[in-house]
Amino acid sequence: MTGWGVLKSLWVTFKHLVVTYIEDLRYGKRRYFTPEGVEARRSSDVRGIFTVQYPEEKLPVPEAFRYLPFLVYEEGPNGEKQMRCTSCGICAKVCPPQCIWIVRRNDPQTGRPIPAPAAFYIDVDICMNCGFCAEFCPFDAIKMDHDYEIASYNRLSEHIYDLEKLAKPVSYYASIRPTDYALEEAARAQKGDAKKAGSTAG
Amino acid sequence: MSEAVPKIAQIPDLVNLFPNKVQLDTRPGYQGYIVGREHLLDVVRQLRDEYGYDYLSSVTGVDYLPEGKMEVVYHLYKTLGGPALVLKVQTPREEPRVPSLVPLFRGAEFQEREAWDLLGIRFEGHPDLRRILMWEGFAGFPLRKDWREPYFEEEAKPFKSRWPEGFVFRAEDRNPFGDNVQYPPGFDPETWTSPDDEAVYRALKRIGEDDDFHTDTLVVNLGPQHPSTHGVFRMVVSLSEETILDLKPIMGYLHRNHEKIGERNTFLQNMPFTDRLDYLCSMSNNFGYALAVEKLMGIKPPERAEYIRVMMAELTRFLNHIFAIGFLLNDLGAYFTPALYAIEERELILDVFEAVSGSRMMCNYFRFGGVARDVSADILAKVRRLVYDRLPRKVDEMDEFLTHNEIVRERCEGVGVLTAEQAIANSASGPVLRASGVPYDVRRAEPYSIYDRLEFDVAVRYHGDIYDRYLIRLDEMRQSLRILQQVLRDIPDGPIMTGKPQYQVRVPPGEAYGRVEGPKGELGFYVVSNGKPNPWRYHVRAPSFINLTSLADMAIGHKVADVVAILGSIDIVLGEVDR
Repeated sequence: MTGWGVLKSLWVTFKHLVVTYIEDLRYGKRRYFTPEGVEARRSSDVRGIFTVQYPEEKLPVPEAFRYLPFLVYEEGPNGEKQMRCTSCGICAKVCPPQCIWIVRRNDPQTGRPIPAPAAFYIDVDICMNCGFCAEFCPFDAIKMDHDYEIASYNRLSEHIYDLEKLAKPVSYYASIRPTDYALEEAARAQKGDAKKAGSTAG
Repeated sequence: MSEAVPKIAQIPDLVNLFPNKVQLDTRPGYQGYIVGREHLLDVVRQLRDEYGYDYLSSVTGVDYLPEGKMEVVYHLYKTLGGPALVLKVQTPREEPRVPSLVPLFRGAEFQEREAWDLLGIRFEGHPDLRRILMWEGFAGFPLRKDWREPYFEEEAKPFKSRWPEGFVFRAEDRNPFGDNVQYPPGFDPETWTSPDDEAVYRALKRIGEDDDFHTDTLVVNLGPQHPSTHGVFRMVVSLSEETILDLKPIMGYLHRNHEKIGERNTFLQNMPFTDRLDYLCSMSNNFGYALAVEKLMGIKPPERAEYIRVMMAELTRFLNHIFAIGFLLNDLGAYFTPALYAIEERELILDVFEAVSGSRMMCNYFRFGGVARDVSADILAKVRRLVYDRLPRKVDEMDEFLTHNEIVRERCEGVGVLTAEQAIANSASGPVLRASGVPYDVRRAEPYSIYDRLEFDVAVRYHGDIYDRYLIRLDEMRQSLRILQQVLRDIPDGPIMTGKPQYQVRVPPGEAYGRVEGPKGELGFYVVSNGKPNPWRYHVRAPSFINLTSLADMAIGHKVADVVAILGSIDIVLGEVDR
């Protein structure tokens, strides 16, 4: 019968419309502007409306999420920043758009290079968020961030991140990527044990 | 013995078949045959007509600067399935000329134009040898090895200025805009008008002189800015009343010379760049490129990685097809209701990609010999819920929603027909080819990864119209779910990477063509290595680019309003068309 197909299509859209209100009634106030509501709207059995009311609501990002690199530092006993970076340059070499610039630090007396960066720049306009720098860093010194709200007014002055802007404490890293952090710490502890065992045996 | 086997089932030995015309390519790491330039048409015609090599998949050029040669590489396949027959034609670099294959395969048209545009190889006998991706006022041929781009820094990455004395600079400060743009001699940007536009307009078919009604032909530009064209894409059509007499697609507005960037990059650095080709299907793009380089390196990923790869590729196919259907309906005028239903499901799949790879669209997930991160049990459970429960329901809902809708059928049935012969000759691939009745799927024709042990049917439809191109996407989504269920059932534990992850891979000299059945069609990567850290040649066989060859065949004779729907049914992404 002509028209039956159109009616069936309209029935599908009608169901979509109605189910949104049914879900609203079912969840009540918990549906919007609560973490629970956001989580429900992204689960695999979500029904009704999908929309998340950004910026009032935000989707939590998964641990693996990557957005712009930062440099990890350890906090010393007196609060000083001990950069993990040794300025080995692997991140600068692997970077596909070549947005990392590193100046190696030299010992003022001997002129020999010492394992710390004198300067470290990332042009965030060029960075393509591929995550290679974090993936291939042998010292776990550069990691990908979770903060994606970085809009600013001035491209020329704000979009080249220097050492100060890039440095973030290891506690921050542990908070955004707990699983990765735990794995790395375990590996490091194991390595340390092996070294100790090796030195006592030797 | 060989008499008993019909010629079409043989893999011919070209050296004996064409003595003095064809030589074996004996360079280490290379395969196939080198054909004498003047014999190319004869050899290919015989291969096509007698041996069943009826599908010209890829045509591309390579600039061998040190040897002073240019080479054109052809990958021929049988639509019956089987491995490639690789032919090469060499020509001196000073005046590169090769006979055009367009008289035999219309599918060579765009690819030869591309090789002319980027490498300056002249294809003799090509009916319409114009620039295709670069603009007409462009000077030089950018893929030649001695051509340098604006903001040129060094021949190959990594650049030496980045470490250890890497004081930051902006490329435009060192080399201000205007100082780096090359124009042809005598060029004035103020007064210049494109000669090619005139040529296009004049080349269009018009109403004949003997028309007694004395009507005029109307030439209309659809695009470049046009909401229905999925991006910046232009179609020039000539109309008789509302009926299309002729159509020419014009592309390249989003061109960024992906291949030149790829040749400056190291092998690994190309991986995130492939994401940006067909930005809806970054996982499939990664897959094709990883296969090509793994072929060169001679490594294979471990079992678990293979399963993860197939899982990601099929999820990508699902999201691409549901998205394509949604946007086809947009093009038909059902504004955004079906598209948003599609986007909802895509959203859930993108959540999986984000949790696995760290990014929703630019996944950058595959590595040579494996994948970047393991898939946790949580994510597998989520995929399982999607694949067993939600997505099958949603395909059925889409089916119920659209398939029998009279408006959809009225607009789609019998419109934009592409016959099987045309589809093969035009090198169409993917759903476009299979909707025309050619059951050709790379996953079956030349299985890669673990597809040889998975159970699925090659979807095929026979009318070749928009409606069948819509239906085949539904079929393929169901088959993808079937594959995903097997993958989830069988996925083993184990490592996800062969060997240690390396940022600088050693790739032995040679050439390789890796191809996958991407959601849009056959996605191929032709990579030439000379043993250095950067590829010597990196070429992408972009399915949506080559599928556009069929656009004119589909559209001629239909109303101008149908063009938009026909284009929607091909399913293109301009990031891949223009590269």
